[in-house]
Amino acid sequence: MPPPVRRIVLERDPTVVDPTPNGSSVRTATAERPNHSPLADVGWQAAADVQERMRIEGVWLAYGEKWVVRDVSLPVRKGEVLGLIGASGSGKTTLLRSLNRLTEITAGAARAGRVTLDGQEIGEIEVNSLRRRVSMVFQQPNPFPMSIFENVAYALREEHGERGARRRKRRSRDELMPAVMDALRRAGLYEEVAGNLDHPALRLSGGQQQRLCIARALAADPEVLLLDEPCSALDPISTATIEQLIVGLRADVAIVIVTHNLQQAMRVADHVAFMHLGELVEYGPSSQIFDHPLQARTREYVSGAFG
Amino acid sequence: MSATQALTPPPSSIRSAKQRDSIRSWPLADRVAYLLCWIVGIGLCLMAAAIVLFMLVKGVSYLRPSLLIEHPSASQNQAASGGFLDPIEGTLILTAIGIAIAAPLGVGLAVWMSEYQRPAWLARLVESGIEMIAGAPSVLLAMFGLALFARPALAFLSQTSAGGSVFGRSFLTAGAMMSLLALPLVVASTREALLQVPAHVREASYALGKTKATTIRKVLLPSVRPSIANGVTLGVGRIVGDTAIVVILLGATIRLEGAGGAPLLSTLRGTGGTLTSYVLFNSPAGEGNAHEKAYAAAFVLLLMVLLLNVIVMRLNSSRAGTGQSLGASSRWRVMTGALPWIR
Repeated sequence: MPPPVRRIVLERDPTVVDPTPNGSSVRTATAERPNHSPLADVGWQAAADVQERMRIEGVWLAYGEKWVVRDVSLPVRKGEVLGLIGASGSGKTTLLRSLNRLTEITAGAARAGRVTLDGQEIGEIEVNSLRRRVSMVFQQPNPFPMSIFENVAYALREEHGERGARRRKRRSRDELMPAVMDALRRAGLYEEVAGNLDHPALRLSGGQQQRLCIARALAADPEVLLLDEPCSALDPISTATIEQLIVGLRADVAIVIVTHNLQQAMRVADHVAFMHLGELVEYGPSSQIFDHPLQARTREYVSGAFG
Repeated sequence: MSATQALTPPPSSIRSAKQRDSIRSWPLADRVAYLLCWIVGIGLCLMAAAIVLFMLVKGVSYLRPSLLIEHPSASQNQAASGGFLDPIEGTLILTAIGIAIAAPLGVGLAVWMSEYQRPAWLARLVESGIEMIAGAPSVLLAMFGLALFARPALAFLSQTSAGGSVFGRSFLTAGAMMSLLALPLVVASTREALLQVPAHVREASYALGKTKATTIRKVLLPSVRPSIANGVTLGVGRIVGDTAIVVILLGATIRLEGAGGAPLLSTLRGTGGTLTSYVLFNSPAGEGNAHEKAYAAAFVLLLMVLLLNVIVMRLNSSRAGTGQSLGASSRWRVMTGALPWIR
C-alpha cells in the first residue's frame, strides 16, 4: 500500500479585504477619474479623508544608460494604499526607491520628470529631511544591532548636522519613551515587547523584526510610508499580521507597497498600478485591475492570481 | 484501517539514519578525504596541545614568583641575574603603543575603503600598500624604521647623543613600526565584516534620514565590533610575538633605560626589551644561555596571549547580554549567527 498523499486544497475564491461582489458594475470611466472609488458604491469605507501627498509626474529613471522606468505618473494619497505590481525588472522597486531619493546612492542613477511631496519637488527638499517624511521598510527585516528601544529611538534622534541639534543635548530616554511607545503601538508590536524594550532587537522573530522596522519607519511621523515587498521573507501568519497593520495605518499615512504577491495586492491595496518593463500599463482601483482590467497585458498578468 | 495506520509509511521504505550515514556506502575518494580531514584536525589539536603542555611543564618547573617582580641584570651567575619584570613591562608598553595607533587607524581605513572608496585610484593604492605591509617581514620594517627615525626632524621620538646624532631607538619608534604589523590585520577583519553587512541595512538607516557618518557610527561599527575585536587580538598577537623590531628598533636592552626628563615620557623615549628579546637572549642561541629563564619567560608570554584571548572573548559575549548587543551568548554566535543579515 503506498503512503497516503496529502492533498493541498487551494482556496478557490481569494479573500479580498475590500468586499467587491462579483459582477458589480465597475465603470471604466473611473480609470480617468481615480479619485472616485467604485468601491464606495458597494459600501466600502474609504479612510476618513483621502488626500494627495505625493504626485509622480512623467517620471523617467535610469541606471547608467538604461532607462528602467519610463514616463510614469501616479498619485500617492493619504487614506489609501497604492500597490505597485509587475514582474521582476518592471521598475516598480526603482520607482519606489526614487520617492525618497534612495536611488541616488546608486552611482549613475538619474531621474527625469517631477515628483512632488505636498507640492514641493523632492529634489529641492534636503535629502535627510525628505527621508524622514518619506520613510521606507525593506524586503528583509533589518533591525540594527541595538536594543528594541534604541532601534526606534534611533529614528527619532536628530542628526548632528541639523540646525540647532549640535547645541541641544542628546535627548534622554525618558524624553523619547512616549514617542517610542507610540510608534511600537502603531506597529502593533508594543504588547509583545513592552517588558523587554532593552532586549536586543535581533532576538525577535522575523515577523516581529519586520514590525519593529515598521515602528522605526513610523517613529519620525512620516507622511508617506514606502514598503518594498515587506512580507516576502515572512511566514503566512506574520504576513497576515502585517497586512492588517498596513490596512489600519493608511488612515494616517500614505502607503505605497511593492509586491510580487498578487493576492496581497488584492488584500491591502486600494489602488493598484501595474507596471511592465518600466512602463505603467494600467492604474486604477484594485477591483478594476483584478476583476475588469482594461489592458490585455494587465489581464494576462493578473490572471496568474486566479490560477 | 485506522487513520494512524494510514499515516504510517510501509516499513520497507524506512531507512534509518545510521544506514544512510554509513561510511561504507561512500565512494572511495570521499572516504579518503574524510579520513584525511580527521587526521589533519586531530594532528592540529595535538600540536597545539603539545606546545601548551611543553611550555606549561617547562615554564612551571622554572617559573618562580620572584622572577616576575625582580629587575633583570647582566650577570654570568644565573642566581644574580634577576627576573624579567622589565621585559614584561616592555611588552605591555610596546603593545599598548602599537595597538593605540593601529586600532583607530585600521578601523578608519577599513571604513574608508569599504564605505567611501573615493577617489578610486587612491583606494586601490591604499589597498596594495596595506597588502605590501602585510607581506613585509618585520625585520625589513625595523630597518626602515631605524633609517626613518634617525632623521633629525624626528629626534623628539628618541634620544640624541652628545655628538648630535639621533639614536632612533625607543618605545615610541618601535611602537610606531609595531603598529604597521597589526594594521593589516585590523583593516582586513574590519573590512571583511563591513562588506558582509548587506546594502539594505545601510539603506534602512539612510531611509530614516540619517547621514552616512551617523550610519557608520551607529549601525555599521556596532555591527562589526566583534570582528574589530578579533582583528585587534590578532594584531596584539603579532606585536607581542615580534622580535626583529624589538632588537633593532627598541634597543633590546635588558632593562628599561629612560631617556631622562618627565617620568613617563622618559620611558617612552627610552629603550628597553620585551619578553621575546629576553627569551631570545637567554635561549641557547643568545649570549645569556640561561634556558631555564627563557622557558619561564616564554611561558609568561604564552599566558599573556591566552589571557588576552579570553578577555576579548568574554568582552564580546558579556556585551551580548546587554541592550547594546548582538543578541548572543557565545562567541561563535556573536561572530556568525547573531546578525541574521550577515551570512
